[in-house]
Amino acid sequence: MLLPLAALVWHAAGGGLDQFRAAVTDEQGVAALKLTLGASILVALVNAVMGTVVAWILVRDRFPGQSLVNAVVDLPFALPTIVAGLTLLTLYGPSSPLHVDVAFKRTAVLVALLFVTLPFVIRTVQPVLLELDREMEEAAASLGARPTQVFRLIILPNLLPAILSGTALAFARAIGEFGALVLITGNLPFKTEVASVYIFGRIESGESQNAAAVSVVLLAISLLALLLIGALRHRVTRHEAAR
Amino acid sequence: MKRLGRYALRLLGLSYLFVLLALPIGLIFRRAFQDGFGPAWDAVTTPAAKHALLVTLMIAAIAVPANTIFGIICAIAVVRHRFPGKNLVNAIVDLPLALSPIVVGLAFLLLFGTGGWLEGLPFDVVFALPGMVLATIFVSLPFVVREVVPVLREIGTEQEQAAATLGAGGWQTFRRVTFPAIRWAVAYGVVLTMARALGEFGAVSVVSGRVIGKTESLTLHVEERYQSFDYVGAYAASVLLAMLAIATLVAMTVFRPREQTR
Repeated sequence: MLLPLAALVWHAAGGGLDQFRAAVTDEQGVAALKLTLGASILVALVNAVMGTVVAWILVRDRFPGQSLVNAVVDLPFALPTIVAGLTLLTLYGPSSPLHVDVAFKRTAVLVALLFVTLPFVIRTVQPVLLELDREMEEAAASLGARPTQVFRLIILPNLLPAILSGTALAFARAIGEFGALVLITGNLPFKTEVASVYIFGRIESGESQNAAAVSVVLLAISLLALLLIGALRHRVTRHEAAR
Repeated sequence: MKRLGRYALRLLGLSYLFVLLALPIGLIFRRAFQDGFGPAWDAVTTPAAKHALLVTLMIAAIAVPANTIFGIICAIAVVRHRFPGKNLVNAIVDLPLALSPIVVGLAFLLLFGTGGWLEGLPFDVVFALPGMVLATIFVSLPFVVREVVPVLREIGTEQEQAAATLGAGGWQTFRRVTFPAIRWAVAYGVVLTMARALGEFGAVSVVSGRVIGKTESLTLHVEERYQSFDYVGAYAASVLLAMLAIATLVAMTVFRPREQTR
């Protein structure tokens, strides 16, 4: 596993530091990296809120068809990303039956990333919410706390590690996404071209050194996200041990 | 007032899922069959489509068992044994989840391609099936490990120790004690691995070279059909993949670790 990655780093460093710097400061590449980071952060934030809402209605609410909804949440994990991209293009593209056309716009990047990262926060928050002791909330309510107070002071602090870890996972996934994006974004340089697509373009045109250099940057971001998740998980488990 | 809030929340959550999930999937089925069942069937039975399906299934048939066996061994090593660099192994196992598949593909290309360290192998890796299999194994590696590790932690070592005191060998202990305890986690991990292996696109598209009728997997076929404006072909192949995904989903619901179901 490490050998291919070592080869990648080796290749990126092959031309010396100057060439590496030239490759990662290429305007088009920088634009792609910026877009990727910005979109991923935005998507992660939307996920943090909406994922928590969905997890909440799946655990605390009761409605017909709930178990079906619960199963459908995993669909983005199961569906090949290229199919996801084609599906989104059909629905939100030029021939959209809803007359919502986001294809080849930056919004398309967001929509596609929201789709593929949907399950992460839901699936990390759900088990914690299930375990959460309702007695605390009832005690707070009987002491006169309003629902918003109960949520802010009791529920949110308990869920926060799970929300953060799910958000970090979603962020990591969004950074590297490729399949869902190639069709719907049109891959316009400086506008809708994300880092993965940029790297792919460099590979296709034979500039493997530039591709490797930007890949190393992406690799570093992924590693950072993973370390963050690891630290959060450590905090969650320590929290559990203390209880 | 409280009830109103609950309904509002329910509506918000469900419409988010509907707009993002249910609507698009429904539409793809409609588009594939818009000219009736015949054209869609013809589109997925062309030689290129059939070969693409075969390639996808072959990749999955190698990658899934390999990752299952490796996953179980790796999980046992991480949970039951102490060795230097254990934390590093832990972090590396998760890496494919966070890494762009394009980066994975490029890494393999640089390792096995022209001028790479392992260029001189007796068989082709890059732009051929072995490379696609390796890339798929890489990206679907974490799933079995991640499902099995928490279960192994949870069951503890008492039963295994008891088996050992009663004279069971290592293999016997694994087969009679450990494996029955982790088999549902393994099954769930296998389902996730399968989903990822069948649907992999980015890494495979870099290492395969996309030779139609040779190294084109079903996901690559979808894109190739779409780019050549054969929309029925693209949608029909997508429906095939979506049906595999739904089958996976059903299996996931069946095998999901018990504490997450209600």
